[in-house]
Amino acid sequence: MMETVFTPLQSLGGGALIGLAAVLLMATLGRVMGATGIVTGLMQPANLGDWTWRAALLAGMISGPAAFLLLSGQMPEIQVPASTSMLIIGGLIVGIGVTFGSGCTSGHGVCGMARLSPRSIVATLTFMFTTAITVFVIRHLIGG
Amino acid sequence: MRLILSYVIGLVFGLGISISGMANPAKVLNFFDIAGNWDPSLAFVMGGALVVTALGYRFVLRRPAPLIDTAFHLPTRRDLDAPLILGSGVFGIGWGIAGFCPGGALPALGTGRSEVVIFVAAMLAGIVLAKAVRGALAARTPSTV
Repeated sequence: MMETVFTPLQSLGGGALIGLAAVLLMATLGRVMGATGIVTGLMQPANLGDWTWRAALLAGMISGPAAFLLLSGQMPEIQVPASTSMLIIGGLIVGIGVTFGSGCTSGHGVCGMARLSPRSIVATLTFMFTTAITVFVIRHLIGG
Repeated sequence: MRLILSYVIGLVFGLGISISGMANPAKVLNFFDIAGNWDPSLAFVMGGALVVTALGYRFVLRRPAPLIDTAFHLPTRRDLDAPLILGSGVFGIGWGIAGFCPGGALPALGTGRSEVVIFVAAMLAGIVLAKAVRGALAARTPSTV
């Protein structure tokens, strides 16, 4: 099991930046800042103009760690407890789940909850619950 | 203008994910592990993001339209259906297995770590698969029902 340090200030500040990005995207392009919707739209664009802003947004997201490196002198820490097969199985399941569920932590959990959308509130409570159950099963029932 | 704005907004999001620690699967999973090495950070990320978004949306959505489009593209459905609840439940299982959610994994691609690339490739395959299944289901269901 990998230990991590509780970082209330960085997490609050990072969260505020995530919120700022969501507000800016709504104020300018009028779009929801949901990772699922953005990549799904990239694979199935309505037209070229719809594809290019999503590609630019994704390029910006991927530049995030480099910006972090410039500011802090190091890459963001990434510790992966999952094996390669768990990453593949988990990735497939995430892709299937967010497609049927119409969103993920950013779309439902931040943007939808901020609008008090009943669908997003129910979706967020549901995936937070099943994630917690899954982590409990893997770490304390199977892993021990 | 639209592309520069999109890039900068993506950068703010990716930097926020990086600073918050949400690019790190171990940190995300430790939030859900109350019975183990509990790390409450994710609650602070969600809290910070929600407060800013809720306040900002209040001002933004009062306007008739966004700055560089003719209308806001907001989800309008309010009904709770089975795909929403089952899909979200399934998403949580995958999130618990891998430790990455889409919003955390996409910026994490920028670290160049192979684990992130593997997860994102599998996630994209899952999205394509689910779209195909959903399309097939919709084609079989009469639209009048």
